[in-house]
Amino acid sequence: MAIKGAITVDTEKCKGCGVCIPNCPTGTIALSKEVNSKGYNYLYMANPESCTGCTNCATVCPDAVITVYRVKI
Amino acid sequence: MAEKILMKGNEAIAYAAINCGCDGYFGYPITPQSEVMETLMLEKPWETTGMVVLQAESEVSSINMVYGGACCGKKVMTSSSSPGISLMCEGLSYLAGCELPCLVVNVMRGGPGLGTIQPSQSDYFQATKGGGHGDYRTIVLAPATVQDMYDYVDLSFELAFKYRNPVMILGDGVVGQMMEKVELRPAKPRRTDKELRELCDSWATLGKSASRPGNIITSLALDADIMERHNIHLQNKYATIEANEARYETYMTKDADHLIVAFGCMSRICENVVELARQDGIKLGVLRPITLYPYPEKALDALVPQMKSIMSVELNSGQMVEDVRRIASGRAPVHFYGRQGGAVPSPEEIYEAFVKTIKK
Amino acid sequence: MDINEIIKPENKVYGKSTVLKDAVMHYCPGCSHGTVHKILAEVIEEMGIQDKTIGISPVGCSVFAYNYLNIDWQQAAHGRAPALATATKRLMPDKYVFTYQGDGDLASIGTAEIMHACNRGENIVVIFINNAIYGMTGGQMAPTTLLGQVTATTPYGRDAKLNGYPLKITELIAQLEGTCYVTRQSVQNPGAVRRAKRAIQKAFENSMLDKGTSFIEVVSTCNSGWKASPVAANKWMEENMFPFYPLGDLKDR
Repeated sequence: MAIKGAITVDTEKCKGCGVCIPNCPTGTIALSKEVNSKGYNYLYMANPESCTGCTNCATVCPDAVITVYRVKI
Repeated sequence: MAEKILMKGNEAIAYAAINCGCDGYFGYPITPQSEVMETLMLEKPWETTGMVVLQAESEVSSINMVYGGACCGKKVMTSSSSPGISLMCEGLSYLAGCELPCLVVNVMRGGPGLGTIQPSQSDYFQATKGGGHGDYRTIVLAPATVQDMYDYVDLSFELAFKYRNPVMILGDGVVGQMMEKVELRPAKPRRTDKELRELCDSWATLGKSASRPGNIITSLALDADIMERHNIHLQNKYATIEANEARYETYMTKDADHLIVAFGCMSRICENVVELARQDGIKLGVLRPITLYPYPEKALDALVPQMKSIMSVELNSGQMVEDVRRIASGRAPVHFYGRQGGAVPSPEEIYEAFVKTIKK
Repeated sequence: MDINEIIKPENKVYGKSTVLKDAVMHYCPGCSHGTVHKILAEVIEEMGIQDKTIGISPVGCSVFAYNYLNIDWQQAAHGRAPALATATKRLMPDKYVFTYQGDGDLASIGTAEIMHACNRGENIVVIFINNAIYGMTGGQMAPTTLLGQVTATTPYGRDAKLNGYPLKITELIAQLEGTCYVTRQSVQNPGAVRRAKRAIQKAFENSMLDKGTSFIEVVSTCNSGWKASPVAANKWMEENMFPFYPLGDLKDR
């Protein structure tokens, strides 16, 4: 049985601090080249296929902008 | 006939607090008012009414405990004397800014600095004009008797909750330390949790109820427009207090053509001065402001036209006299007699000073 | 598998606590305050005590904590939060009462209040954010600033002769008879966040057991004040703060 995950990011509230990125064990996430209305490079899933839904990114997010989903397949 | 008990002014504060349903007292010892907390600790009201009594680590902490208790909509109070009140002024500013009800008792002693433990009235400016920072007012009641000390505690809480504003009982070492018979009043129970919810849920930190978002008690607003609106709101409230809550007493003023204005213990001594003057055929009367803020402006204003002279008598270098002069506004000569540093004048000394002013 | 097949309510495993409001926090990107606010909200939500919790916010960056957690809040004068909490808990013993204070508030101007509240064993929770700098006023020296650390008021580094030593106030607090639980935590990685959250939950539970004061220091970053990126600040904290402020329980009884 495999585990697949995904995240959604409240991109308007993300401040692009990046503390989540070194805490992602699968290299799924990165900061976007685009900026939100505040001028921050917000978080996105650069490699969505590798996400396991481990919640590490959301756990360390200071602004609670990440929601995590997980399925067993 | 209600029961009368002989007690000190400071003890009267303590008994009145328990009797009127006070929820919490937080204080720090300082002469000449330490009997307030000592009496509460002896009485152990936490075993009867459930009132909390706590000796804090400082006056700074005391007033901030009062701040926390007032945030919860509770009837909370502290007492201190002049140097301790100076330490509390920051807290008073916060309490006023947050529009919180509370009672602060100042049993004044002589200053400045550590000063003396003898009585004084030199905190008039501090009590009535601010003390802490910012444009705020505290309602100030000046007791002249031990009965006043007792009665003003309940009155203070009524006013504090009516206007959601700090109230100060501005006594002095004389009324704090002297013993008189006091008529006890019917006891008021402490508010129940249900009553507290009904009365204060819209603003107090009682725990967020399902029907409202969390209440926030703060005096902070970084936006100038919001802060100005808040200040205007406060000033409107103070105007209402000024219009409705001025209290005073007069003594032999009806036919008087000379007036003494005095508050607290000095008003009683000045009643004896009236007797001395009347024996010499001088029609002297006394106006005693009970509320120092709001000042009884209309009462004094109405008396000014009939007076050949006015004298303000205070235990300081001349503080209330500035308000008396402002209200007399040049319509009658205003003189001042005061003693400082803990000295209390006799009626004869005051009369002598008064006679000099009218012979000039 | 299509992402939209995964992103469905029934598959949600982690999201924002309902106790957190929608307001965007004013904190700088990467600030530890946000993470601590978040786990605090999660504890309050999971314990089901939103209607029974009263927070006391300090003076400093976290003065505005009241804008982010939907509970009843009091905003204290600088350093005085433990005094407000003392009265609040004593007058309403059925409520969960916590203070949230920074290092300037708790370990400098408010030393008397925190020492005596802890020494009386007030049944409150104290959350102490130690980022070794004054954030709100623009990066001046805090009582917990490390020796040699550069701040706006120690531009050549903190010098013990000039500025005294960094204050290990949590060690002092642990000595007081009135405290039941004193711990030092951090929130820079998922394990640390989960441990800090468990500590907060334990502290809230203690506050209803009449055991005394529970005190949680969170060694934190102030990347703006430290003039480092959020990720670099976390690294600096691990390398410089942790040796002087070691993590773990100092007291648990």
